[in-house]
Amino acid sequence: MRYLPKSDAERAAMLRDIGVGSIDELFSAIPEEYRLTRDLKIPRQMGESEIVDHFKAAARKNAKGYTSFLGAGAYRHYRPVVIDTIVQRGEFLTSYTPYQAEITQGTLQAIFEFQTMICELTGMDIANASMYDGSTGAAEAVMMAVRVTGRDGVLVARTVHPEYREVMHTYAQHQGHEASEIGYRPDGRIDLVALEQAVTDETACVLVQSPNFFGIIEDIPAIAEIAHKKDALLIVSIAEAVSLGIVRPPVEADIVSMEAQSFGVALSYGGPYCGVIAAKEKYLRQMPGRLVGETTDTQGRRGFVLTLSTREQHIRREKATSNICTNQALVALMATVFLTIYGKQGIRELALQNLSKAKYAADTLGKHSKLLFAGTPRFHEVVLQTEEPPKQLNARLLEKKIIGGLPLRKWYPELGNASLWCATELTTKDQIDAAAGVLASAPVAATAR
Amino acid sequence: MAFTGITRKVTAHLTQNEALSFEKSAPGKKGYKLAPLDVPEADAAALLGDAARASEPTLPELSEIEIIRHFTRLSTWNYAIDLGMYPLGSCTMKYNPRVNEFVSRLEGIAEAHPYQPEALSQGSLEIIKLLQDCLLDITGMHAITLQPAAGAHGEFTGILLARAWHESKGNPRKTILIPDSAHGTNPATAASCGYQIVNLKSNEQGGVDVAALAEIVNEDTAAMMLTNPSTIGVFESDIHKIADVLHAKGALLYMDGANMNALVGKTRPGDFGVDVMHLNLHKTFSTPHGGGGPGSGPVACKDFLEPFLPTPVLAQGPDGLLHWNYDRPQSVGRVRMLYGNFGMFVRALAYILANGPDGLRQTTEDAVLNANYIRKNLQDVYELPYPTASMHEVVFSDKRQVKNKVKTGDIAKRLIDYGFHPYTTSFPLIVPGALMIEPTESESREELDLFIDAMRQIAREAEENPELVTSAPHSTRISRLDETTAARKPVLRWHKPVVRWKTPGPNDPVEIGTPAKEW
Repeated sequence: MRYLPKSDAERAAMLRDIGVGSIDELFSAIPEEYRLTRDLKIPRQMGESEIVDHFKAAARKNAKGYTSFLGAGAYRHYRPVVIDTIVQRGEFLTSYTPYQAEITQGTLQAIFEFQTMICELTGMDIANASMYDGSTGAAEAVMMAVRVTGRDGVLVARTVHPEYREVMHTYAQHQGHEASEIGYRPDGRIDLVALEQAVTDETACVLVQSPNFFGIIEDIPAIAEIAHKKDALLIVSIAEAVSLGIVRPPVEADIVSMEAQSFGVALSYGGPYCGVIAAKEKYLRQMPGRLVGETTDTQGRRGFVLTLSTREQHIRREKATSNICTNQALVALMATVFLTIYGKQGIRELALQNLSKAKYAADTLGKHSKLLFAGTPRFHEVVLQTEEPPKQLNARLLEKKIIGGLPLRKWYPELGNASLWCATELTTKDQIDAAAGVLASAPVAATAR
Repeated sequence: MAFTGITRKVTAHLTQNEALSFEKSAPGKKGYKLAPLDVPEADAAALLGDAARASEPTLPELSEIEIIRHFTRLSTWNYAIDLGMYPLGSCTMKYNPRVNEFVSRLEGIAEAHPYQPEALSQGSLEIIKLLQDCLLDITGMHAITLQPAAGAHGEFTGILLARAWHESKGNPRKTILIPDSAHGTNPATAASCGYQIVNLKSNEQGGVDVAALAEIVNEDTAAMMLTNPSTIGVFESDIHKIADVLHAKGALLYMDGANMNALVGKTRPGDFGVDVMHLNLHKTFSTPHGGGGPGSGPVACKDFLEPFLPTPVLAQGPDGLLHWNYDRPQSVGRVRMLYGNFGMFVRALAYILANGPDGLRQTTEDAVLNANYIRKNLQDVYELPYPTASMHEVVFSDKRQVKNKVKTGDIAKRLIDYGFHPYTTSFPLIVPGALMIEPTESESREELDLFIDAMRQIAREAEENPELVTSAPHSTRISRLDETTAARKPVLRWHKPVVRWKTPGPNDPVEIGTPAKEW
């Protein structure tokens, strides 16, 4: 086996050195009746070319050469080549959690830069080294708010990504939290009146997403005021991190939970992505996940270390702030490289391109469908309502090699034939025009479902 | 003269200094170039109104060559598997094959959108199906979810399955049994699933005391979380008795699969009584650790737990096409959006295909061979607290070195000077001053001999020149860091330096103040 650096002669010599007659003697602790005496039922050992062929064949069975208008929490942005060059360096790829600071300063300094960038983008004081993804990050943020406030009421906007809400419910159900959902107004934003009525002295936090699942930017200052009046915390979840290049950061929030996939991370059929939690400094001790801090060595030189680990499971065990151990360090590095490449000006320019493409898409596609929540500030996603059921429309689009918007009926039946369309800097005018052409040619007798 | 060892594996060489990217930044420099906008530029102020961003974030402004150098320089400050043995016990730091990286970046795979139609995702779904099938035979279990994002997330999912099953029978029960040798994630997980933790004291061999277990297990016990082989690298020979004791009271056996690298192809948890377990694809199945993730923590279970698996589960239609089934009324719900860390599935499957049944068995055997070789060649200089047979890792203690005030953490730091990443220190908790060494199968005899030589020399240094060990490392860019101050006055981000003027004088230069780092 080509990954194993030993000859049979070396194995035999090592067994002699150990003082056993055969390798099976080293497995004698396994009771005989439980030893596997057959080969595993898995494919035979393949040559490298066969492995590559296997996956190329799989890749061919996926969509290829299609225009896509899908977003909904997983965004297609250009990924500068430099990112993969950096993250494929073995010193980053094949190291582990930087427990030994003296020989992991590279990872530690990169995380420190990541934490700083997240603070700069979100307007928060502190950020952790990453969480699994945006959905689990939002759930962890809710639990954090429960610990901070000592309350157990949780209010979640229905405009938060439906799958984030599902994850949040899974996490919350055994913690004794009461989670209720707050609807949205005809403008696509959370219903502030309903929110105000729902927030009580028992409310630990209000969780909203902005831009929300419909692409609409929530009125964060107004929501914060309502939450803070009752001393509840405001958690803002951000699924589209690129928006922060041009959208006002949610500085009124107490906790921000972000999905950083848009920062140079491949779609990769849903993962790995990169969550991160940022917060006001006063909540530091309740922050889950790893944190890197600056300090000095015995000679006074600057260095970085994992710090405040007394919050974590390996020290606190069942009293830890979270059970999280491994996070998404390499993906956070991708985001760090991405943000270093785009920098101060680029992130704004990139966000402006996204905003412009979505504006063009809304105007163009909106001519042949109903643009919902028109007039409310949005980033790069639009909800279109069509005469034709989205399933049927998408089938017609596929004939032109276009993957249309995500049908919303499953989560928002009240919106009828609505679908969620996304345009990024990679979406071209021609692609939007082509999709508009298909929308325009809707069969006259299209039957509403 | 006091003994100073010879570091045969390494020679000091220069590394480049590098400031933070923010400190290198200069206004106007760019590392990007966007394609020209082919639609009218939007008026952000008009579209966004109050929601428009007023000020730019302070992000670095650097050119591409500076960015490449920045991160390349940082990378050279890291130790990695690619440089040598990384015997971090319990973390299974094995070789990360490059074909894994290559296939995960193939266009149709890396660019697949998670919501694209299932008919146009059959390639991704087939990868998931084949990986699931392989992992099921490897574990001897009946059903599996790949949704959890890491090992601890898998534990959470597994305990939720146990809870849901108990609830379906009318009572979620109250407690989870956890041996005192367990990883910290186990109790943290049980607590986050709403359970109380009952600690189980290990017996004299460091294993589970079956008689004591039988006395503790009762109708309140939901499950036991057991790592097998244990964290001292010992296979629980009484494993089926443990399962029987639990099952007799209606409790389940959860296996933490962190140490599965000792078992693949040799024995199967499903055969020895485990009801539910997680795997770590980043340990056993060679996906890269990446400086701390991403991981992937599939959870495999027996048939009776299948209805409770997270939504969605993969299914095959009568037309042979694969699809996601969301109609799962008894499911514990979602533990993560979408389907899990798919990129890690691709890598793990590539690893399994590269090995085949013979390769995986040989891998396990070599991992166990390497650990025992180290044990044999170090047990005369380091204390072996539990003489029970070792599997894939060996745990020593610093008992003999502590006499000279040299602790496991010091030996670990000194190992850095010899060109190795340290082993895991001070874990498991049942071994005071533990040295937990897991070489994995990826080490040649030559590398193992260098490691053994280093450890033996350090043992001698600890006797004859303890100060040399307690002040190590001596060859790194930085020496030991002040962790106390780091925690007491946390500086968790960079701040723009504050420019301050002294009492103004005609020739006074501008004084750059220290960065406003404390808040």
